[in-house]
Amino acid sequence: MDRRIAAIAALIVAAFAAGWILLAHRTRPASPSGTAPAAAAAVPGAAEPKIKATLYYISEDGLSLPGVQRDVPFGDPIVEQARRIVEAQLDAAPAPYVSPIPAGTKLRALYVGDRGDAFVDLSGEVRAAHSGGSLDELFTTYAIVNALTVNLPAITRVQILVDGKEVDTLAGHVDLRRPLQKNLKWTSLHPDAEAAER
Amino acid sequence: MAVLLLAALGGAPAAQAPASAAPYTVLSRDGRRPLATRVIAGQEMFALDDLARLFNVTVREDTAAGGLTVTAGNETIALSQGQSLASVSGRLISLPAPPARDGRTWYVPVDFVTRALAPALTTRIELRKPSRLLVLGDIRAPRVVGRIDPLGSATRLTLDIAPSTPHTISQEGQRLVVKFDADVLDASLPASASPELVQSVHQDAPASVAIDLGPRFASFRTSDVPGDRGAGRLIIDIAGQPSEVTQPTPPGPPAQPPADVPPLIDLAPSGTLRAIVIDAGHGGTEQGAKGSGGVLEKDVTLAVARRLKAALEARLGVRVILTRETDVTMGLDERAAVANNNKADLFVSLHVNASLRPSTSGAEVFYLSLDEYGDAAQRVAKGDSESLPVFGGGSRDIELILWEMAQARYIQESAALARGVESSLRDHIPMSQRAIQQAPFRVLVGANMPAVLVEMGFITNGAQEKQLTSDEFQNQIAQALVGAIGRFRDARNAAAPSGGAR
Repeated sequence: MDRRIAAIAALIVAAFAAGWILLAHRTRPASPSGTAPAAAAAVPGAAEPKIKATLYYISEDGLSLPGVQRDVPFGDPIVEQARRIVEAQLDAAPAPYVSPIPAGTKLRALYVGDRGDAFVDLSGEVRAAHSGGSLDELFTTYAIVNALTVNLPAITRVQILVDGKEVDTLAGHVDLRRPLQKNLKWTSLHPDAEAAER
Repeated sequence: MAVLLLAALGGAPAAQAPASAAPYTVLSRDGRRPLATRVIAGQEMFALDDLARLFNVTVREDTAAGGLTVTAGNETIALSQGQSLASVSGRLISLPAPPARDGRTWYVPVDFVTRALAPALTTRIELRKPSRLLVLGDIRAPRVVGRIDPLGSATRLTLDIAPSTPHTISQEGQRLVVKFDADVLDASLPASASPELVQSVHQDAPASVAIDLGPRFASFRTSDVPGDRGAGRLIIDIAGQPSEVTQPTPPGPPAQPPADVPPLIDLAPSGTLRAIVIDAGHGGTEQGAKGSGGVLEKDVTLAVARRLKAALEARLGVRVILTRETDVTMGLDERAAVANNNKADLFVSLHVNASLRPSTSGAEVFYLSLDEYGDAAQRVAKGDSESLPVFGGGSRDIELILWEMAQARYIQESAALARGVESSLRDHIPMSQRAIQQAPFRVLVGANMPAVLVEMGFITNGAQEKQLTSDEFQNQIAQALVGAIGRFRDARNAAAPSGGAR
């Protein structure tokens, strides 16, 4: 009898433990250790935990870099989440947009410092396959910068490295010698007016 | 001058193997001393051991982890082999290159001093790459850049002094001496073009500029003009005796400055544009954007630059310098340096745009955005001074001139120039819906004068690709830019009827 009671008690404890682990795991994306992405939310029913993140793509008229909400795999700690966001930004754009990142560009490494500076190390294709236009170069740069700073408030500045090294520019225009802050003025033709309406 | 010559040599392309480069000069209360540099894999570097002795910091190598730790007081700088990143007390900073090892000695990029050591130490450290100087503590080392211009039978020596520094001028026999209230000068002085009036202009100890006068010297006048953002300008007009006085003359009145000496101060209209630098974007191996028909950005920019030079010289009578005359590769720093070294009054960089959307078209005009350059650039733009700690405690208010962000001082003028260029272009060629913009463009930030970048059209648009190579379109752009620059000159003259403000 004692053995049966002990077995039932062990079963109940195991069930509670399994339930707790399952629940904790499923709710984690909503509040990952105080560094939750602004748009983070668990996607119900998804096999892999995901967050909603704003990624940036070139508009149909080629003159803007609007933000588009997309599902991005959840990552923890923050450097892992940052990596997932950049990898998603490097993927193909949804229709009708065009990706501002030159085809074939890979994320080599990503570091996040204590004071919110992130360093995104991209493969050489980001330079070699670039269109060379200054507006497209601004879009390439700020797609990466904004994807991290908008979705991860703990990251305040982003510096792009290429093949592990600091670079002057990607295509001869935008100064990349310093970490850059979030800049939403390219997201539409009239970002100030849109902000005022909101 | 010798220092500047060495600086030019130091800027030459570097070999991959370690190579010697000209040393920097360290200026501090302890005097001057050289600080050796090496060029390794194209990067100029200081030996960590030399920096340890100079700044009294300790360097420890962790051979197991392949890292280096530099300890400065309570602050720690961590470096890793093969990484262009360093951690300064937990804060990541980037370096132009990873630390490099040659034998037992570790080397770090020269920027390590300002990016990593300066935040860790409490003393002021200023790295002046153009002058190859490392200025420490409260040493007052104003930058003095001289220029000589002929003025009819007279000669004008202009000294631009940054920050503005009190000075006295005295005549000592056959020379004029300008003594600055400073510890040392960071001077770049011109060779004389008229030795009969000015034989030479050179630096004199400890912080003076000496002007050796020629045999025709008769008199001099000086005027001080406040410059932009805390800089100052000293103008010395040196008048000569008429050539007749060298011939036998009957006895007459004692030697006086001749009555027909021209009114020196009025000879050169102030505010007038004297020199303009036109930058033909890209070139050589840097082709820039490419059209589907095979037109290259670098060829269009050079063609328009040549037309614009001819038009500006013919219609405005200004001196025009092109950053490149042929299809050669040029660094972005070199382009701004051409403008700075020629004391240009305007810098116009010509480019052709490209888009992943073939339908995108129209011209755009850019001037520099300062947001990306932090609070320091904003303060320079506003003309604020900075209180810096000095050796021995206390602090001193110093007008910071950030040589790598020279454009910050001219941002308002650049905005006005950009508006004028955009308005003028609109009358001649199609404009983009983003016709005027601000961006952190690398070629603009180092220009020490009003500067804009013009994207003349989208080469990825089939119709615009054809336009960009046509005589008519290129002439329209040149005409629009001449008009805009002419109006900018007129507005500047109207705003500054006297004085020598740039």
